[in-house]
Amino acid sequence: MNSVRATVSKVLTYSIVDGPGNRLVVFLQGCNFDCAACHNPHTIGECNHCGDCVPACHADALSLVDGKVVFDPSNCDHCDDCLEACPIDANPMVREYGVEEILALAREHRPFLSGITVSGGEPTRQLKFVVALFEAIKADETLAGLDCFIDSNGSLGASGWEVLLPVTDGVMLDIKSFDSALHRDLTGKDNAKSLRAARLLHDAGKLHELRFLLVPGKTDGDAELDALIDFVRTLGGDVRVKLNAFQQHGVRAVAREWAPMPKTGVDRAAERLRAAGIRNVVTPAVYV
Amino acid sequence: MQDPLSKLRSIVNDATLSAAQKARYLALEAENLLPYPPLDAKTQQALEERVICDMYEGHAPYRPRYVLPDYSVVLREGSDYLELPPPVSLDEAINTLMIAYHHVPSITGMPVYIGQLDELLLPFCEGVDDDTLYETIRLFWRYLDRTLPDAFMHANIGPTDNRVARTILRVDAELRQIAPNLTLLYDPETSGDGILAMAARNIAACCKPHIANHAVHADAFDERGYGIVSCYNVLPLAGGAATLTRVNLKEVARRASGEADFFDDVLPRYLELNFRLTQSRIDYLHDESGFFDGFLVQEGWIDRERFTAMFGVFAMAEAVNTLQDKEGREGRYGFDEAANALGHRISAVLSEAVRKRPMDKVWRGRALLHSQAGLSDDKAATPGVRIPYGTEPDPVTHVRALAPHHRYYDAGISEILTVDESITNNPEALVQLCEGAFASGFREFTVNVANNDLVRVTGYMVRLSDIRKFREQQGSRTNTTVLGAEAAELTGILDRKPRVVGNELRPGYGQ
Repeated sequence: MNSVRATVSKVLTYSIVDGPGNRLVVFLQGCNFDCAACHNPHTIGECNHCGDCVPACHADALSLVDGKVVFDPSNCDHCDDCLEACPIDANPMVREYGVEEILALAREHRPFLSGITVSGGEPTRQLKFVVALFEAIKADETLAGLDCFIDSNGSLGASGWEVLLPVTDGVMLDIKSFDSALHRDLTGKDNAKSLRAARLLHDAGKLHELRFLLVPGKTDGDAELDALIDFVRTLGGDVRVKLNAFQQHGVRAVAREWAPMPKTGVDRAAERLRAAGIRNVVTPAVYV
Repeated sequence: MQDPLSKLRSIVNDATLSAAQKARYLALEAENLLPYPPLDAKTQQALEERVICDMYEGHAPYRPRYVLPDYSVVLREGSDYLELPPPVSLDEAINTLMIAYHHVPSITGMPVYIGQLDELLLPFCEGVDDDTLYETIRLFWRYLDRTLPDAFMHANIGPTDNRVARTILRVDAELRQIAPNLTLLYDPETSGDGILAMAARNIAACCKPHIANHAVHADAFDERGYGIVSCYNVLPLAGGAATLTRVNLKEVARRASGEADFFDDVLPRYLELNFRLTQSRIDYLHDESGFFDGFLVQEGWIDRERFTAMFGVFAMAEAVNTLQDKEGREGRYGFDEAANALGHRISAVLSEAVRKRPMDKVWRGRALLHSQAGLSDDKAATPGVRIPYGTEPDPVTHVRALAPHHRYYDAGISEILTVDESITNNPEALVQLCEGAFASGFREFTVNVANNDLVRVTGYMVRLSDIRKFREQQGSRTNTTVLGAEAAELTGILDRKPRVVGNELRPGYGQ
């Protein structure tokens, strides 16, 4: 049965940027990468109930009960001061969800939905829940037609994907850098698993979109772009490549020193990819 | 208060107005020197207090507010009055329409309805190749925008998927003109996915067309059909609306001691006064003005029996919040289930009142309820049943909050859903939102693609509080000009501006 529960940072019933169409998005808490450029660093850590956030809350929405941080959403006024206070980039406002609760939300919003996306954090770290959720969606007649997508950093190993892919319709996969040293610098981890995952997903016909974050002076140089081009070429077929532009809002202190990626730079990178024969290149519609 | 002559003089000498605009305002001032159609004292007082409102249409209605000619008549038979033979080619058909538009009055003097264009033009397109059709429509579209520059001039296409409709969508996205306004009538049974997907790409490019729920509208009218005109009015084809009056629900709620008093006494009282105001204006148009003796009626472009009375309401949001305050309840309209339910109940009561009240010289003997979208000088009164500007929730929550109202407003109701520019990479989402809205009972689907996205940029969620904090820090490191510019930018985004302007929004000089 679907007794498995997930730690959820947020659920959206309207999203137009997490896969094709309008999607229900479940942001699962916790990530095994530690990207300085992360726009939602409060989704990285997992609460250890240290209690540092409790005094930071001016709305009495947080308390310590039996050594655990307890969140009362009815008092919260969304000032986010608790996120600032958290020493480990966790989020005391997370909620536990069971599969059935997500299904109920999906049924309620069914006419507006093209599909469901699990994002994060890194959603595959809560693999059992994702599999249970996707299986339940596929088995539910009232939800027929909804597709199931994952937004991932690609760190999941082959055996994990083997379990997940039969119930998954598409994956949006981030490659942070093609240079392994730079990748470690940007994320704290090596890129080998992510590159392997991209190939595996592409071979399985489930790679919906390969995403690449352009950071000025780091990943927007010719060497990185040519490595991206080579990689996409060796995948073969018509891969959709989404170029994202680094922006400063939301990121932690170290990345605030980095320059935002300008539209001109993104357009130049896109041109380089297109000139190399990559036809399906998507660039951001909006720059803040 | 200016005396009449000096007001006329100030219009004549106003360097900001074109000659045509001066002529229009002078005509309105002259009309308003005449006595108003007869009103009883209570109606008169309610009008003066603007609890009920005549949209400043003028003191002597001499043409209907909205005229929806059946242009197929002139395309089939030509016109004796205009000395036009029946057209035989596409060029002749469009030329005939271009002439016809200049003889169709409305409250602003501009035609508000230019026809079900694909249905009108398809019979003339046999043997016309695609390039010729495209070029012909392109020039036609340019002509419309340049000679009839009013954002309320409205073209309809659909519900079938056809080459004229597709060419119009192509041209409309390329030219990105304010005029004409455009509605695609959509019916999942007959339209097909292709034309809806094309319309979604157009919306991403230029916020047009509106998409109308054809099945619901068709049900509310008859075989002769309906048209969508101006800024979201749905009216009988070959007829129109004699007048549009409206009730300011906020002012009604303010005059009630609480919810019970509102429903039992104050609202019914003001509804009746608005019915009387409406009837008096209609009587003048039909009995005194001579409008229906003209060639439009004689040649069968319009039928005087097919003119309805639009019974408008607005400021539902403020009315609900006022009643919530009076009852000591905190929930706000658009966000709280109980507040939303109170709004839905008000709409149901309005609908029942309009259905019950006989009207003379009105299509089917009853007025049609309309969610009225505002005048430029409405202050602290939200159009129709909309959620106040700048506070709207996401489009899905927005639709779900307002959908239960839609079944009641046969003469039109519109909400503007704001979607960020990311939609240009994902127009499928617009298709899904439209289908969701229609499945929820929405009569029409309008999207404004914001030119800035504060909330979500990439695949990540971005918190508004992050942006606020970031900008504050940024501002403290730079000069006050930048800070001011950013604040202005933020305010500009959070308080959505009116999407279009047009003559109807400014009914009189200095108003």
